Amino acid sequence: MSNKFRLSTGGQISRTERISFKFNGKTFFGFKGDTLASALLANGVHLVGRSFKYHRPRGIFSSGAEETNALVQVIKDKGKTDPNLRATQIEIFEGFNAESQNCWPTVNFDVGAINNLFSPIIPAGFYYKTFMWPANLWEKYEHFIRKAAGLGKSPTENDPDIYDHKYYHCDVLIVGTGPAGLSAATVAVKAGKKVLLVDERSHSGGNLSFADEELTKINELKPLEWIKKTCSELQNNKNIKILNRTSVAAYHNYNYLIMMQNLSDHLSEKEKKGKIRQRLWKVRAKKVILATGSIERPMVFDCNDRPGIMLSSAVRQYINYYGVKCGNNVVIFTNNDDAYETAISLHNKGVKIEAIVDIRSRSDGDLPKKCNELGIKILWKNTIVYTEGYKKINKVHVMELSNDNSSTIRNKLKINCDLLCVSGGYTPAIHLFTQSGGRLIFNEEKYYFHPKSASLSQISVGSCNGTFSLKKIIEETQTKTNEFLNLTHNNQYNITESKSGNFENIWLLPSDKISGKTKPFVDYQNDTTANDIKLALREGYKSIEHVKRYTTTGMATDQGKIGNMHALGIVSEITNTKMSELGTTTFRPPYTPLTFGAIVGRNVKQFFDIVRKTPIHTWHEKHGAKFEDVGQWKRAWYYPNKNESMYEAVQRESKAARNDAGILDASTLGKIDIQGSDTSEFLNRVYTNAWSKLAIGKCRYGLMLNDDGMVYDDGVTTRLGDNHYIMTTTTGGAASVMNKLEDFLQTEWPELNVYLTSVTDHFATVSVCGPHSKKILEKVVKNVDFSDQNFSHMSFKEGVIDNIKCRVMRISFTGELSYEINIQSNYGQATWEKCMEAGKEFGITPYGTEAMHLLRAEKGFIIAGQETDGTITPVDLQMDWIISKKKYDFIGKRSLYRSDTMRENRKQLVGLLTSDPKEILEEGAQIVEEVKSKPPMDMLGHVTSSYYSPNLNKSIALAVVKNGKKLKGKKLFVPMPNKIIEVTVSDTVFLDKEGVRLNA
Amino acid sequence: MFIIKCPYCGNRDHSEFSYGGEAHIVRPKQPTELTDDQWAEYLFMRKNIKGLQYERWNHAHGCRRWFNMARDTSNDKIHSVYKMGEKPAK
Repeated sequence: MSNKFRLSTGGQISRTERISFKFNGKTFFGFKGDTLASALLANGVHLVGRSFKYHRPRGIFSSGAEETNALVQVIKDKGKTDPNLRATQIEIFEGFNAESQNCWPTVNFDVGAINNLFSPIIPAGFYYKTFMWPANLWEKYEHFIRKAAGLGKSPTENDPDIYDHKYYHCDVLIVGTGPAGLSAATVAVKAGKKVLLVDERSHSGGNLSFADEELTKINELKPLEWIKKTCSELQNNKNIKILNRTSVAAYHNYNYLIMMQNLSDHLSEKEKKGKIRQRLWKVRAKKVILATGSIERPMVFDCNDRPGIMLSSAVRQYINYYGVKCGNNVVIFTNNDDAYETAISLHNKGVKIEAIVDIRSRSDGDLPKKCNELGIKILWKNTIVYTEGYKKINKVHVMELSNDNSSTIRNKLKINCDLLCVSGGYTPAIHLFTQSGGRLIFNEEKYYFHPKSASLSQISVGSCNGTFSLKKIIEETQTKTNEFLNLTHNNQYNITESKSGNFENIWLLPSDKISGKTKPFVDYQNDTTANDIKLALREGYKSIEHVKRYTTTGMATDQGKIGNMHALGIVSEITNTKMSELGTTTFRPPYTPLTFGAIVGRNVKQFFDIVRKTPIHTWHEKHGAKFEDVGQWKRAWYYPNKNESMYEAVQRESKAARNDAGILDASTLGKIDIQGSDTSEFLNRVYTNAWSKLAIGKCRYGLMLNDDGMVYDDGVTTRLGDNHYIMTTTTGGAASVMNKLEDFLQTEWPELNVYLTSVTDHFATVSVCGPHSKKILEKVVKNVDFSDQNFSHMSFKEGVIDNIKCRVMRISFTGELSYEINIQSNYGQATWEKCMEAGKEFGITPYGTEAMHLLRAEKGFIIAGQETDGTITPVDLQMDWIISKKKYDFIGKRSLYRSDTMRENRKQLVGLLTSDPKEILEEGAQIVEEVKSKPPMDMLGHVTSSYYSPNLNKSIALAVVKNGKKLKGKKLFVPMPNKIIEVTVSDTVFLDKEGVRLNA
Repeated sequence: MFIIKCPYCGNRDHSEFSYGGEAHIVRPKQPTELTDDQWAEYLFMRKNIKGLQYERWNHAHGCRRWFNMARDTSNDKIHSVYKMGEKPAK
């Protein structure tokens, strides 16, 4: 079986480049230029897969993107694999390897075929009706459904390939290189426009590339000669870029299109090494010309899905373009003249046409006449009612149609064959057109939808616009393109083509059997038959959207390219609704599936997201710090000594900070420089407390609310000068606070003279705390009198470190005596090192965010985002002291008097002490008053922060609990999966309630 | 994917901007005089129009200025953009 079905000459494959490839473990050979489908057909292989639900044998059906059956699993080296690729679009190369899907153990002998026996009880809609009861067995059902679902297998290795993105702007984008696309491009480039011309195939020419050479001529040239000439003329023009193997996936608003270019999938493993695999083009075009062609439809009759049943245009492409005859004894079944061209191409290349079965009574076109002359038998007014041949078609049953086409009459004729070509007419490919918001209109005579009005700067030309005669295509394209681009550039074209006859259509062909005993397939990929559609209608689903989803017609990877029109037609006939009233379901991107790799592009691994590091990062790294992510920042989390666990390190750091000295990198906190004559008024409006009387050189803690009264952010703001402040925010809130403040200034208070500048990255912040912190600062910072009389808590001084200016704020988040040095970022690390050196004699210890959280919790200080979650007011936090009574208004004030924020039973901040001081609560754990044997229990609140305090030698926690203010001393419970923890409600301040440590 | 004309920077890609909800809502000058219902109206109630809608946009990855836009939500056609404080063109 070695290329038995390849013609000895002809075709566009490269006969000097033999390729050996594997399919289902067997080795075959083909030629460079073959697709997997053409190469398999050349070797006589039709059976390539099993259908999704019934596991029926399926063969190659088409020759393009519309392929429904020949989905294969491509095996690449080192255990990598691609599922669900269409054999009709894969270009083979030396060493290519693929397998059938959805069958076991082999495609020839598939155990899953037993489903076919169950077909009466697994029609469409069974997904919704089965596996409902008993509900508690759902996890068992899921196991089986997962095994049965899907087609191919996912890869288990990381994707090693390189994918790219590219942005492109052009004057004109032309989609499709058929005669319409090429003639449009010819007009556009002559006018000096910047043109991008794309086609999903590896070669240009569209369906013209496999037209019969004798029947079609353009300017005396054969089709392929004209295509080659036109393409090479276009290539010579510097204004045009032509991309093959590039499929337009999506057409978005404002002429923004996304297309995927295959760069190396068609190359051998050796050739593709180091090359980019796929490139996603993001194109913005001033004008778009859609020349996307049309897709042939099948015929719907009993058992119309066997291997060896193929679209007539596909068979024509295989023989004229690939030099492959798909059979030796062919029957053609049609309702139009186009299939006769296939008959002529096959006949002239030595294939026997057993018969052409035509549902029409006659045709006045040129092609049937020609077939008559060639002696090909035509059976007018006949239909196929059945096919035989489980794994490969071997016979068709033909019967005459009644006058009104509603039934079959007289005797059955059985014809032996090894190939059946079907042709039900052509559907304009309007997918991109509708994605772009275009409106369709239904052509009653030709039974298809085509463009009526576009909503963007775009035209449709050629068969995607419902124009099928080559002469008309070229005329229409020239006229429309010239008009669209404001040009008057017309070329002369001399076309030879056959005159086409009439067209007749029957959506569901009549049968001599009752319909329940037939299987006329409409959607091959999801195994939906005409009977399923009838079932949906009987069960009351009228809208085409419901019929689609109930039957899953058009929901497979082909999105109904082959079957949607028939589904629509059958619904229309049965419900007696006009096609134009039914409408179509929505076509969604991508036109053909995209890889995740193409979508993600280069944004993988270290390029997935930005990483922000402080100026002191390398010091932390060198000293063994473990980092945690705070937004995009890497913050030092803890600094374990050799063999220390996280718990041990944090305990040590927290103890040292209170006993000796601790040093923390606080550079990530947001810093906003605020200047202008109205700044104190501005601060009054955005914070809850009063700011007008803050003296120059003083710092104040501020709380920020949203206008709904909920705590949003907090931080210390320092007055540097008359009209100059520097505000700090939380690390995570920096950007959103900045944006919110700007929003108010620009849109609500434009009369305020206030200017904001983000300076988070401009200054490093080194925080030193503990009993020895003052002595350490004295050694490091000059020109500052650190005595308490001069430099009190919550104030600021300017100093120098080695001639570099710095700001020192005496503020504390740990409750210890504490100073923060703000210095220009480039000096951050040096400042840290100086402090470390100066602090060595005092036992200075670097501490990270975990210890920082623990220390502030000992003092009952909140962290915005930990104790608060957008539903907590300052009153809930027992921070009434920070709400100004005097200010007329500030953001959030009015909401503090809403009935809901004044409600009695609100969750309020409390401390929790566990009865067993060694027991540490889990953050997020729920708190109850009454423990029951099993859920549900009344939840009063949850634990927001929890630590073991080395300074108090017991576990401490903060929590929000309903009515917490009134519960001091009460015993509550925290139910965990394997135990109940008893707690007592306490004050939120656990250590140094008087605050004397601040003035150590 | 719109092309938005920032009143300050000119035509830019949609991805440079961030959306800011309904336009022309003025924060009440005397919140304490409002009932809970009236205050809730300002805080929470927003229109959701199929058709011409007036919205706020911010040129987040550009000049960072806020401006207004009149956009038809049924087909995403942008009718006009105008600066903060201005009235929509009619």
